[in-house]
Amino acid sequence: MSTFSESAGTALALISSFDVGLWTIVGRSLAVSATACFIACGMGLALGAWLAVARFAGRDVVLTVLNTLLALPSVVVGLLVYLLLSRTGPLGFLGWMFSFKAMVLAQVVLVVPVVTALTRQTVEDAERAHGEQLRSLGARPGLRGLLLAWDERYALLTVLIASFGRAISEVGAVMIVGGNIDGFTRVMTTAIALETSKGDLPLALALGLILLAVVLLLNALVSGVRRWRERLDGGVVAPAAVMAA
Amino acid sequence: MKRDAFDGALAAPVRLSAGVARGEAEVRLGSIKLPLLFDLLAVSVRLGPVHALQEVSLQIQRGERVALVGANGCGKSTLLRLLNGLLQPVGGRIVRDEEARQAFLFQRPHMLRTTARNNIALGLWLGGLRWPDARSRAVEALERVGMTDLAGRNAKTLSGGQQQRLALARAWASRPEVLLLDEPTASLDPRAKHEVETLVAEFTAGAMPGHTGNGPISLVFASHNLGQVKRLATRVIYLEHGRVLADLPVDQFFNGPLLQLQYPAAHLFVKGELP
Repeated sequence: MSTFSESAGTALALISSFDVGLWTIVGRSLAVSATACFIACGMGLALGAWLAVARFAGRDVVLTVLNTLLALPSVVVGLLVYLLLSRTGPLGFLGWMFSFKAMVLAQVVLVVPVVTALTRQTVEDAERAHGEQLRSLGARPGLRGLLLAWDERYALLTVLIASFGRAISEVGAVMIVGGNIDGFTRVMTTAIALETSKGDLPLALALGLILLAVVLLLNALVSGVRRWRERLDGGVVAPAAVMAA
Repeated sequence: MKRDAFDGALAAPVRLSAGVARGEAEVRLGSIKLPLLFDLLAVSVRLGPVHALQEVSLQIQRGERVALVGANGCGKSTLLRLLNGLLQPVGGRIVRDEEARQAFLFQRPHMLRTTARNNIALGLWLGGLRWPDARSRAVEALERVGMTDLAGRNAKTLSGGQQQRLALARAWASRPEVLLLDEPTASLDPRAKHEVETLVAEFTAGAMPGHTGNGPISLVFASHNLGQVKRLATRVIYLEHGRVLADLPVDQFFNGPLLQLQYPAAHLFVKGELP
């Protein structure tokens, strides 16, 4: 208990003294996850909106695979990206291994299925409820998907926030492809794992507290967005939005 | 009546183009030649395991105001969706005049999460109008339905009656020749019902300023409100279990002895005596 209280005290001191090493790791983590989410959301939103309205042979198989990818372990993603980026891999020529870009790529692979699946579900619910009306106005499938995604933008905003939470809190993939190199690819989760194994609990605890604060902030944002939506829509929130939130 | 053009039942709808083919969709009534908007020959529609429409044959001409009546699940909404092209038949043949612009009003219109003005403009833009033109026509349409002051309001926050008027404005703005209404006042209070019905009456009479169509707008609507049917329709089609059981001019449907003699089920429905 005394170890915990001492560690907690030192951790708080590290945070409040704006320790450069600690805040550099925090900044890198936020940058990697924000970049990955930006790319993944662009892809996932478009793909999910299209999948929601498109009808083609094998669609059910695609959706099953997509839903399976939701539960993809991050270490498996790390392994796949490692194989892709390794010197003998198909993308080895890029020279991204153990770099910022490799970590972004791994998180993109991890987050795209999440954004795609949740967008598909949200837009498909909207399509089921209102797609026919848009069809009667002359909207073709691609445009209909985008219009419905835009109409459900507040629900999708919560999807984006949730996907950022998934990206910033994962450890396996960035550990494998980033290598946890001090001052270069070390992020919050990999640093926590390393410092704990070394016994440097104050730094690990400080990073853990910041990570918790980030996740807490994201959840507060989700709640805030939902309340804002309710106010904008006169107290009516579509079930799809609640599901996504 | 030129039926030979439809020999050989096909499942796919025929889309008429201008010229010779369009002439095939015309019907002679005595010496008057009226263009035909819809011609259905033994059309069947399935919705999953349900036979929603079974061998329905009917014709609707330009300028007609047709009411579809019948119990819930009798096929009224399915027929309207079929006429609008939202559903395709699994049997029989349907000929639509594709040159006649259609507007469809749903029982609960869906408004996008944007202003009332943008909702109208977006509908017009989807129909091919340039965005600036669509915006200015939207303003005009809102004026016509007395909703100018609500132009900038989020359409989601409007009441049911206001949303239905907005949907009507969106339909009017597209300058349709055929208006399809699926129980447009079913979920409204009496005041909103009256407002929407008045607008529909003005709309179909071509009385609304800015209407550039040739003569009155054709109307096909589903309704449980028999008073409304009497006020708006010139012809009534009674459906039961996906089949057309009666198809009569409105006065004969409600007043003549024909209904009781030839269509006893429809007569009981009008009297409200069906279980």
